Amino acid sequence: MRKYVYKRPEVFTDAITTYCGGCGHGIVNKLMAELIDEMGLQENGILVWPIGCSCLSDRYYDMDAYMALHGRAPAAATGIKRADPSKCVIVYQGDGDLVSEGMAEIMHAGIRGEKFTVIFINNAIYGMTGAQMAPTTLLGQTATTAPAPLGRIVDNSGYPVKMAEILAELPGVIYSERVTVNSPQRIIACKKALKKAIQLQLDGKGMSFVEVLSPCPTGWKMAPTKALDWIDDEMTKVYPLGVIKDASKEAE
Amino acid sequence: MGKKEFLQGNQAMAESAIRAGCKLYFGYPITPSSEVPEYYAKAMIERPEEGITFIQAETEVSAFNMVAGAVATGHRAMTATSGPGFSLGQEAVSYMSAGDLPGVIVEVMRPGPGDGEILASQGDYFQAVKGGGHGDYQTLVLAPYSVQELCELMQESFELAEKYRNPVILLSDATLAKMRESVELPGYVEQKDPASKPNALRGCGKNEPHKVVTCGDGPVQWEEFNARLQAKYKRIAENEVRYATYNLEDAEIILVAFGSMARVCESAMKMAREKGLKVGMIRPISLWPFPDKAFEGITGKKFLVCELNAGQMVQDVKLAVENKRDVYFYGKLGGTTPSPKNVLAEIEKLGGESK
Amino acid sequence: MKNVVEIDFNRCKECGYCIRFCPKGVLSKGEKVNKKGYYPPVVGDGCIACGTCARVCPDTAITVYKED
Repeated sequence: MRKYVYKRPEVFTDAITTYCGGCGHGIVNKLMAELIDEMGLQENGILVWPIGCSCLSDRYYDMDAYMALHGRAPAAATGIKRADPSKCVIVYQGDGDLVSEGMAEIMHAGIRGEKFTVIFINNAIYGMTGAQMAPTTLLGQTATTAPAPLGRIVDNSGYPVKMAEILAELPGVIYSERVTVNSPQRIIACKKALKKAIQLQLDGKGMSFVEVLSPCPTGWKMAPTKALDWIDDEMTKVYPLGVIKDASKEAE
Repeated sequence: MGKKEFLQGNQAMAESAIRAGCKLYFGYPITPSSEVPEYYAKAMIERPEEGITFIQAETEVSAFNMVAGAVATGHRAMTATSGPGFSLGQEAVSYMSAGDLPGVIVEVMRPGPGDGEILASQGDYFQAVKGGGHGDYQTLVLAPYSVQELCELMQESFELAEKYRNPVILLSDATLAKMRESVELPGYVEQKDPASKPNALRGCGKNEPHKVVTCGDGPVQWEEFNARLQAKYKRIAENEVRYATYNLEDAEIILVAFGSMARVCESAMKMAREKGLKVGMIRPISLWPFPDKAFEGITGKKFLVCELNAGQMVQDVKLAVENKRDVYFYGKLGGTTPSPKNVLAEIEKLGGESK
Repeated sequence: MKNVVEIDFNRCKECGYCIRFCPKGVLSKGEKVNKKGYYPPVVGDGCIACGTCARVCPDTAITVYKED
């Protein structure tokens, strides 16, 4: 008799991800797969993927999927959800996608209170294009377009963008939480946040948003375990963890 | 015969779209297309039984991408815009072409470049016909010349888009959009279940997933992907050419015009005939695929291409006659439309020329 | 009852998260290279089947079960 403590989620295909070793995308993708299985979302769910390191993610899941243009995932998801509000639409975006190219799209999806779930991977860097500066790059953090010794400087590039706080200001966004995946406990907390955000969509509430501080060891030029520490040491100081807004009760 | 009504181009076209089963409209207001979103917004409120959704998007970038997402579910959806907005939407036209998505876009042309003007123009011919976005792709482009034809081609746009799973551009202009004309509105079109359409996103359960993916996976795969698109364009080019011809039997001068300019040319042709000048006309209705076959076998004639631009379709006419015939051009810039007399004067110039 | 940690050898990208977070120090650096050039960890004795290694693995390369 075998009793499984942890088994690869069923919705996953056999594909090996194209992510680098220690990449947070892999952890969040896995939590999504676990929730798809646990919440039975394969039947009625549509995943909307972005451009960036996760642009090949559709092939990891036996799920209906739409791979949007850069930044346009919330617009495409608006079309999908408005065409058929009975579907569970999960939008997944990175920081180049959501904060740079798609700032207008995410803001206006929030302004309209689109009833879908947005998972935002904030790793403070452009992964796929080769470690260029993101709008979420920390001050002083180096990137190929914000080189050493100065890294990102205010005069040139302004300040890191706090999306979970910005979106929480919008009445159409009923839930906004920032989590991370740099320890076993926080991975469990991240899954809880994602589950809540998806459940709010299934309950027909407004937009739910989860920002995940995610390690990018390659982009940050660090060993993976060092990248986990960097989230604690640097990232959480600029991007505090926690529930920023929960208006799910009022939205009833 | 059905009831004749006196209706504005934009509004009659919007009603025809609703009757074609297009219950989803995503758009951004821009002159001279704004009556279309207004019509949908009103219909959404006043005709709840029809289940119409209207969303005023933040930009045309968003609106076009919303259309792409909506049609990916098998539902009919559209947007309407004009020059600057059409430019913004091009990324999504390229995307829809790659993703086999049957989005329908109405482009109500106004004169550019830049912010431009809000009068009539045909200056976006190249952008619509030659592909305004990135990559090797083609969209079907239909150019009506009356409010009646605007309504009919509006409905046909959805059929063609779904038949080929390819975006269709209905190329209107400020004159057609704003003019009122007697029209018999087309009827309601029976709808298929959206989920029954090929690759419609709907949730797959344990079955094969449906995916809309437009990114490459290596040069071999991407070459095959593009070859498949090109094969589709070939099928469209073979089957969907549309045009009208007038008085070609004895014509010595053949006018070539589309859209509202073709109306002016039609009048000019009649005036010329009254004067005893042997003038005919070819009116391309599908601008892509371009009706090359309309020019086949015509020898010893002069073609006078008339457009509200600096000379765009004239290039396709020259290609159609392989540069072997006399092709002349008359164009008007700035947003005003020439009168039939202006065109007649051009005809007379040609008629007087010794070649 | 036996506690088993199974590592999908070719899925592993050697990030070391499982080694770092195993509360019993059961996992350690491996010496055999996989198809992608990574060295997946080896599993020693003392597993309590808590599943932490599997939960932190970004590549879903680890399965944990108890067997009679």
